[in-house]
Amino acid sequence: MSIKPFNTIGIGVTFSPNLKANIYEAARLSQMLKARLVLIHVGDKSPDKEALFYSILEPFTKSELEVEIVFQPGDPVDVILSTSEEKQIDLLILGALQREKFLKYYVGSIARKITRKAKCSILLLINPSVERIPCKHIVVNGLKDPKTEQTIASAFYVANSLKAKKVTIVEEITQDELAIKVEDDKSLRKANIIKERISLRENARVKAIIEDIPEAHTKHISIKSQPIFGKKGYSIGHYAQISRADLLVMNSPSKMTFWDRLFPHDIEHILTELPTDVLIIQ
Amino acid sequence: MSSKKNNIKAFFNALPKNIFSGFVVSLIALPLGLGLAMASEAPPISGIIAAVVGGVVVSLFGGSHVTIAGPGNGLVGVLLVAITTLGLESAYAAIICSGILLATLGFLRMGKLADFFPSSAIQGMLAAIGLIILGKQFHIMLAHKIKREDTIDYLIEIPYTINDAIHYDKTGLIYAAIAGVLSLIIMVLYPRIRNKYLQLIPAPMWIVILSIGFSYYFELVAHETNPISSLYMISGIPEFKEIVAQLPTVDFGKVITFPFWSSVLALTLIASIESLLSIKAVDKLDPEKRRSNVNLDLKALGLATIGSGFLGGLNVVTVIARSSVNVNNNASNRSSNFFHATFLVIFIVLFSTQLTRIPLPALMAILVFTGYKLASPTSIRRIFSIGKEQVIIFLGTLFVTLKVGLITGILSGVLVTFLIHIVINKSISLFLRNVLKPNVLMYQEQDNGNYYVSVKHFCSFLNFYRLKEKLDAVPENRDVIIDFSLCEFVDHTVMENLNNYRELFIKRDGHFDVIGLDLHDSDSQHPFALRRLLPVPSIIKSGLTRRQNNIEELAKNYTLTYDSKKEKETYFLDKFHFFRTKSIHHIYNKLSTKNSVLSVFDIEFSEGEFIAKETVRTTMLHITLDEKIPEFTLDREGFLEKVYAFAGFKDIPIQEHSDFNNRFYLLGEDEVAIKTLFNNDIIHFFESNPYYHIESNGNSLLIFSKERLASIKEVKALFDFGKRLKQVFSE
Repeated sequence: MSIKPFNTIGIGVTFSPNLKANIYEAARLSQMLKARLVLIHVGDKSPDKEALFYSILEPFTKSELEVEIVFQPGDPVDVILSTSEEKQIDLLILGALQREKFLKYYVGSIARKITRKAKCSILLLINPSVERIPCKHIVVNGLKDPKTEQTIASAFYVANSLKAKKVTIVEEITQDELAIKVEDDKSLRKANIIKERISLRENARVKAIIEDIPEAHTKHISIKSQPIFGKKGYSIGHYAQISRADLLVMNSPSKMTFWDRLFPHDIEHILTELPTDVLIIQ
Repeated sequence: MSSKKNNIKAFFNALPKNIFSGFVVSLIALPLGLGLAMASEAPPISGIIAAVVGGVVVSLFGGSHVTIAGPGNGLVGVLLVAITTLGLESAYAAIICSGILLATLGFLRMGKLADFFPSSAIQGMLAAIGLIILGKQFHIMLAHKIKREDTIDYLIEIPYTINDAIHYDKTGLIYAAIAGVLSLIIMVLYPRIRNKYLQLIPAPMWIVILSIGFSYYFELVAHETNPISSLYMISGIPEFKEIVAQLPTVDFGKVITFPFWSSVLALTLIASIESLLSIKAVDKLDPEKRRSNVNLDLKALGLATIGSGFLGGLNVVTVIARSSVNVNNNASNRSSNFFHATFLVIFIVLFSTQLTRIPLPALMAILVFTGYKLASPTSIRRIFSIGKEQVIIFLGTLFVTLKVGLITGILSGVLVTFLIHIVINKSISLFLRNVLKPNVLMYQEQDNGNYYVSVKHFCSFLNFYRLKEKLDAVPENRDVIIDFSLCEFVDHTVMENLNNYRELFIKRDGHFDVIGLDLHDSDSQHPFALRRLLPVPSIIKSGLTRRQNNIEELAKNYTLTYDSKKEKETYFLDKFHFFRTKSIHHIYNKLSTKNSVLSVFDIEFSEGEFIAKETVRTTMLHITLDEKIPEFTLDREGFLEKVYAFAGFKDIPIQEHSDFNNRFYLLGEDEVAIKTLFNNDIIHFFESNPYYHIESNGNSLLIFSKERLASIKEVKALFDFGKRLKQVFSE
């Protein structure tokens, strides 16, 4: 199993109250992952702006973080997407918005478009902060999907880099797989036997994936696997929320059509209701 | 093979008691069937036909175990409308069509249909049906037949009828009214008299026996004609031969008209709601704790209704009153339903002429009593106690049902409920944005096998079916914990249904706990009141949650002190390492021993500050120790994140206890003192008990297991663990 390390990290920056926090998060992450940082600003270049960015970045550039700042006017979605391709960015950081009054986060329209179209991995941050909040618990999806292996491997790579203590692999099992409706005692018994069997099978599958991951990435981390029965893409977010995970790692969506947005599933659920920071592995 | 043989043997062993309970049920079904049919202005025998067809078909093809099928109370109002507007022959066609729809619902697995109606609206509808029955039959009971357009008019005229009845001058009417009043008295007093011989025959049958006896007395002993006016006697009970020979003509001529289909829909709706509610209620009574297959039952009821319609009978539904009599008489399987039908056939074959000796007012008294039961003041008072908004829903549904009709009534109930929910939450977007989201997550906790259910956003009659689907997938002898802490609004329908689940789980040796509602607000003390999460929790709370009540009861049972109030002074916790990086908001639901050595409490604390703040609620146990011990932290191996504040310390190995070392993480500064403290007794104690996170700050111990609130059972376990741990430590 080859792990694709994140060599270049990109973040779109604008002059918002969160500017410093956003840059700090991105810079800290770049340091931990030993990556190059690219700041993308949608707008014209000016010495003032550049000076401001560099002043914020100062504590990091001091400790030898490699930074590049790109200025380009235009449509934010296009600029960020084209720049990420041009600069070979592997991980793009986007900020989420908060619904007033409630502690609920969602992905804004620009970030959502980028998420759908981007060819690199995406990290959605719900509350960037200047101080580091340690990342302790990572939840990763264990769906039966060809991409999952890569996703889990990346989750362990990130967990190791961020020194997270615990990784939970969640296998979402849909109702269809159960193939039986509970109606009376007999069907209930049958359904539970099937559930148990599926859980065992899924656990074995996940275990096999973990065994393929280099031991250096897994040995310091306590690994748990949790099968849950629920709606694909949504339930894992709910789980991440109640298990108070600091980061949720997901597969990238396969393909998106108009209908997928109208009848949200998989990743789209997460975008409307971010439970925590979300990393989408491409 | 042998298990099959055993089943057959068990079936035959249980046969006598099922025959007996079938017999007792048939004693009620006979007068009720006649009465319900007459109240719907159908021929009296049509009620018996429905019961017979229902008993045979549902017992053969149904999916429930101890239910009884037959003509239902709820349908009287709809059938009355159908028969008066369509005529009897087209009404049979409507009954057949509703049977087809009912069976279709079963095939489409729509057994969950009844869950989409708010329970106060259903209560309002049932009360309206009760009033319709009561209003119409009250006049006949007092031998004063009247005909009015509107159902409300019947109710308004009740005082005039009473006045008229007092001033009757015809003896025929006076005797008829006396028969009615006496029968009503029998119905009312019967449940209060506890005599096992008297109770052998149900009250409706006493009325039948007494009135037939009365009629024979005049004929055979006094040699007079029956003093009760012949206008008020049951007429038109055909002989058994006639029923079989003369099948009614069914007229499908009106299938293309609107009134026809509105009757069909109303019949289907009420039949399915009444059946589903009854099946659910009877399942709770089943001594063998079986689960009914509601969809299979709907199919069978539909089939029975079709058959009944062709034979000249009414709709077949599952009926609660007769079913509970069935259970009370030790019925154990579906055969009792079959025998109830058999006995009804025998009665009709043998006694069809005797049945014409029953006075109409006596029969109607039975229905007046049934109607009163449906709309009884106690059930209305119960709704009042739950909350003002439930009263609005209840009364709204009640009046619209009486004034316009059943379907409009129940739909207006749904609408009013939804509007009230919007007003209470001051937000429509909460519902619109989240109604389609799969807001319920259930999984089995890996360490103890408990089912944990978390509900997000809101939970009301609109999306209760999602929660129900999950709960139905749990065997009732397991432990379920439902967490509403992420849920902003929980309505009365959900609270009431959860209570039903709770009772079911308790009956079947399971546990069912609802947590996370302690921060929600409600306006009444009632445990079923709707609850809303407040942005700023109020200091003084109205009404304790069920969990709080349970803790209070626990306190009483074990002579502990309980305080549900929030306590801000939590300095005694500050010295624990665990709280070094966390800030405690308050503790609440504190349960402690009299000398407050041991105390269990719910605690709310936050990790991180400002925007990174995460609020955690959990349950902890605090023990004050008599003597000083070294500071340490003990946890299960692998649960590192709880003790990361201790980073830098190594696991202290205890010699000759490799099992303990493998399973536990023991951390602390003073390694020597800790090693002496952990003697064989203490290590054996930890090895043989469930895992908890245990921390000592020198003077006291802090014990907890999960980062969520504990259920009552877990509180008990935690308390017991603490008690024994204290003993081990002080030895």
